[in-house]
Amino acid sequence: MASVASIPFRRVTAKPGQIAAVALIGLFLAIFLIVPAGTVIYTAFTEKGTGALTFVNFLDFFRTDLFRRSFFNSVYVAGMSVVWATLIALPLAVLTTRFDFRGSMVIQTLGFVPLIMPPFVGAVAMQLLFGRNGTVNLMLYDWFGVRIPFMEGLNGVIFVQSLHYFPFILINLSTSLRNIDRSMEEAAQNLGSSGFRLFRRIVFPLSMPGYLAGASLVFVKVFDDLATPLLLNVKDMLAPQAYLRVTSVGLTDPMGYVISVILIIVSVFAMWLSAVAMRGKDYSTVQRGGGGLMRRNLSRGESIVAYGVVGFILLLVLSPHIGLLLLSFATVWSYSPLPDDFTMVHYARVFDESSIYIKNTLIYASLAGLIDVVIGGAIAYLLLRTKVVGRRWLDWAATSALAIPGVVLGIGYLRTFYGVTLPDGTPLATLWVMVVLALAIRRLPYALRACYAALQQVSESLEEAAENLGATKQRTIRRIVLPLMTGGLLAGFVTSFSTAAVELSATLMLIQSNSDAPIAYGIYVFMQSPAGRGPGAALGVIAVIMVALCTLLSHYVIERRQKAIGSAK
Amino acid sequence: MNMNTTTAGLAPSPAKAISIRDVNLFYGDLQVLKDINLDIQPGEFFAFLGPSGCGKTTLLRLIAGFNTARQGSVVVGGVDVLDMPPWKRDIGMVFQSYALWPHMTVARNVAFGLEERRLPRAEVERRVDAALNLVGLKHLAERRPSQLSGGQQQRVALARTIAIEPKVLLLDEPLSNLDAKMRVEVRRELRELQQRLQLTTIFVTHDQEEANTVCDRIAVFNEGRIQQVGTPMGLYEKPANLFVANFLGTANILDGHVVGAGADRLFEVPGAGSIPIPAGTSVPRGAKLVFRPQYATIGSVAPGAVALAGTVTHREFLGATVRYGVQVGTASVLVDVPFHSGDALLETGTRTSVGLQPSSAQWLAE
Repeated sequence: MASVASIPFRRVTAKPGQIAAVALIGLFLAIFLIVPAGTVIYTAFTEKGTGALTFVNFLDFFRTDLFRRSFFNSVYVAGMSVVWATLIALPLAVLTTRFDFRGSMVIQTLGFVPLIMPPFVGAVAMQLLFGRNGTVNLMLYDWFGVRIPFMEGLNGVIFVQSLHYFPFILINLSTSLRNIDRSMEEAAQNLGSSGFRLFRRIVFPLSMPGYLAGASLVFVKVFDDLATPLLLNVKDMLAPQAYLRVTSVGLTDPMGYVISVILIIVSVFAMWLSAVAMRGKDYSTVQRGGGGLMRRNLSRGESIVAYGVVGFILLLVLSPHIGLLLLSFATVWSYSPLPDDFTMVHYARVFDESSIYIKNTLIYASLAGLIDVVIGGAIAYLLLRTKVVGRRWLDWAATSALAIPGVVLGIGYLRTFYGVTLPDGTPLATLWVMVVLALAIRRLPYALRACYAALQQVSESLEEAAENLGATKQRTIRRIVLPLMTGGLLAGFVTSFSTAAVELSATLMLIQSNSDAPIAYGIYVFMQSPAGRGPGAALGVIAVIMVALCTLLSHYVIERRQKAIGSAK
Repeated sequence: MNMNTTTAGLAPSPAKAISIRDVNLFYGDLQVLKDINLDIQPGEFFAFLGPSGCGKTTLLRLIAGFNTARQGSVVVGGVDVLDMPPWKRDIGMVFQSYALWPHMTVARNVAFGLEERRLPRAEVERRVDAALNLVGLKHLAERRPSQLSGGQQQRVALARTIAIEPKVLLLDEPLSNLDAKMRVEVRRELRELQQRLQLTTIFVTHDQEEANTVCDRIAVFNEGRIQQVGTPMGLYEKPANLFVANFLGTANILDGHVVGAGADRLFEVPGAGSIPIPAGTSVPRGAKLVFRPQYATIGSVAPGAVALAGTVTHREFLGATVRYGVQVGTASVLVDVPFHSGDALLETGTRTSVGLQPSSAQWLAE
C-alpha cells in the first residue's frame, strides 16, 4: 500500500505527560534500586584496592570454611523451613477448602496472624517457651525425663521461620484449591476415581502452581532473613555474615558484597525455578457460575482428629504471640514454665522512653506505602492503558526489587550514598529518608501487583464511555479510574505499610541513631540484653496491635466500598 | 416499560450527516478496514451488519475516536473529526457492555457528560431529569447500576448518551446482552426514540433480523470491506454478491458455466440441466446461480420455468412451509413449499425436479 506509506501519521502518538511519567519513575528506580544493587554486584567483582575486575573474591569465599558452612546452613535452613511450613499449611488448606469444617473462617483468619509480626520479634519468646530451659522442655523433663532441642542452633531458626512464613503457602494453596472447578473433580469421579487417589491424581496436581508459588516465596524469604538468626545468635548463615562483615570489618571489605551477590543469585534462581515450573500451567479453571471443589462432611471420628490437628497447629502458630504477650507482662521468667509474676512496668517504660520509635514507624511506613501506591499505580496505568515506550522496562525494574534482599539493598545504599554528603557534611546514607526509600523500593513489587490487579478489573469501556461524553484523559483518570481503583490502591498501601512497619534487614544497615529508629529496630535493640526483653516484648506487642489495627481498618473500608459499588461490571 | 412520548426538553438539534471517505485501518500488518466510503443521511437509522471480525465495530470506534486511521476523513455535520480526541467529538456512543460506572448512581452517571461540559447546575439537573424521563427511569435515579436489570441498565446508558445532545448516536450491539423477549421490545423502543429525536444513528449488529426491523438502510461488512449498502428489502432482493446473498436470508447457490452467446445464453449446471439467461442480464466472470428457496417449486414445473433434475435428501416441516433438501448435480438445494393440510409430501429418496423461473434467478460472483 504505497499510498498509505506516503501519507504521514496524522496523530501524535507520543503524549508528553506519559513520557515525563516514564522518565521520572525510571530515574527514581535507577537511583534508588538499579544503581545501589549494581554497585553491590560490581564491587563483588572488583579487587580491593586496585578496582580491577576479578573473580578472586568468589574464590576466597568458597575457600573460607566459615563462608562455605554459612552457605550450606542457609540453604538447609531455607529448605527445611519450606518442608515444615508445608506440613503446617497443607492440613489447614485441605481442611478449610475441601470439607464443611466449622473452624474454616477462624483458620483462614488466624493463618494471617503470623504475618503481622516479624519473625525475630517472636524469636525470643519462642526461646522462653521451647528453648532448653523453656516451658515445654521443663514440663517434658519433669514428666518424661527428656528434652527436645527445638531451639538448638539451626533448629531454632527453622522452627521460628516455618511458623512465621507458612501463611504464604496456606494462602496460595487455598486459592489454588478454591479455583479448581467442581466439574474437574466430578469428571474424575464419573470415571471411577475417588478418595485419596482422586486427591493425588487430580486435586493436588491442579493446585501445584499455587503451592510452588508459596513455597518459593518461603524459601527466598527465609534465605534472605537477617534479624531472626541474629537474635537467635546463629551467625554462620549468609545474611548475618554479610551484615557482620559490613558492620565490623567495614564498607570496603569485599566479602559482604560477595555474599550479597550470592543472596541475589539464589533468590533469582528460586523465583525462576517456580516460574519455570508454573509455565503454561494456569490451572484456574472455575467457570462462570461454577463453584469450587465439592465440600464433604466429616464423620464424627474424622471431626475429632481434624479439630485435634487444627487445634494443635493453631496453638503452635500462636505460640510466639502468646509467649510475647506473657513476656511483656512478666517480671522474671527463666527456668520456670510461666513467669513468676506479672507487671505493667514494661509498658510504662516503653511509653515513657520509646514513643519516638512508634512515631518514626508510623511516619516511615506511611511514606513508604504512599510512594509505593503512587509509583505502583502510575506504572500499572502506563502498562495497561498506554503504549508509551519504556513501560515494560519500568515493570521489570520495579519487579526486580523482589530479588534484592533487604540486607543487600542496605549495603548498596551505604556504598552508593555514603560518599555523597549534604553541605553540612552529613552523608546522604545516614538520613532517615533513605530508610523510607529502601522500605518503599522493597515493597514496590507487591504494591505494583495490587494496583495492576485493581486497574485490570476496571473495564476499559468505562473509561471510553467517559471520554465519549467529553472527559479528557486526565479527567477520566480522576473521576472514573481512581475512584474505581480505590480498593486496590488501599490494599496496596496497607500491604506496603504493614510489612514496612516491621521490616528490619535494610533498616538495621541504615539506621545510625536511636532517634531515627523505627519500632523494629527498637525491639531489636531491647532484645539484645536480658533486661531489655520485657520492654522489647511490650514494644513488640504494640507493633503487632498497630499493624493489626491498620489491616482490620482497611479491610473494613474496602468491604464497605465494595458493598456500595455492588458487583462492578 | 413505556418511554414517554415527547422528547421532554431535550432539544433535538438539526440532524447531522456522516460522510466517510477513503478510510483504511491497520493493526500492525493486518488491514482491518479497507477503502471505506460511506454516506449516511441526516436523521437516518443506519445499520452496520456483518459477521464477527468483519470490521463493523472497528469502524464505529473509529467514528467515536477510539481507533485512529492514518488517512481518509470522517466528516460529521460538516466537520472532519478524525483528528479530534474522543472527548471533543460530541458523538454519543452506547457501549455493548453499557459501561455504567458502578461507583456512581444512575443520576450521577447521566450527569457526567453534562458536568464535563461545565453546564450550570440547574441545566445539568434539568437535562438529567429530561433524559431519565425519556427512557422512563426517573424513579430509579438514586439507584446504583448494579441494582438495575439488564434492560434498565441499557436505558441508563442510552439516557447518559442522549443527555449530552450528541451530534449523532452510535449503538454498539445494544441488544446483545438482553434476553430474546426484551430484545424485540427494546429494538422497537429504540426505533421510536430515534424517530422522535430525529437523531442520525448507527447501529452495529451481527443479527440481520435486528437490522432489517429497525433500520432505514444497512451496510453489509465482510473482511474489512463494505460489501453493499441498501435498504433491507433492496439487499434481500438484489444482493450485489454471493456473500450478501448468503448472509441475508437463505440462498441456493449452484456452480456451473455459461454456454452460447447473445440472446441464446444458457447456464449449464453439471448433472442437473441448464437454465436460459434472460436477455440483458449481466453475468460476471465466475458467477454462480443464486435463488431463494421460496422462488423454486418441486415436482411440478410452471409454464416458462425450467426444470433441474434432482433427488430429495431430506424434509423439514416448518409450520407454514415445508422445506425440502434436494441434491441437484453436485449441489444441495433448498426448496420451500407452502403447506396446506392434506398435501401429499415427497419422501426422501424420491427422484424429482426443481422448477425455477429464469426471471427469479440471479448470477453473482464472490
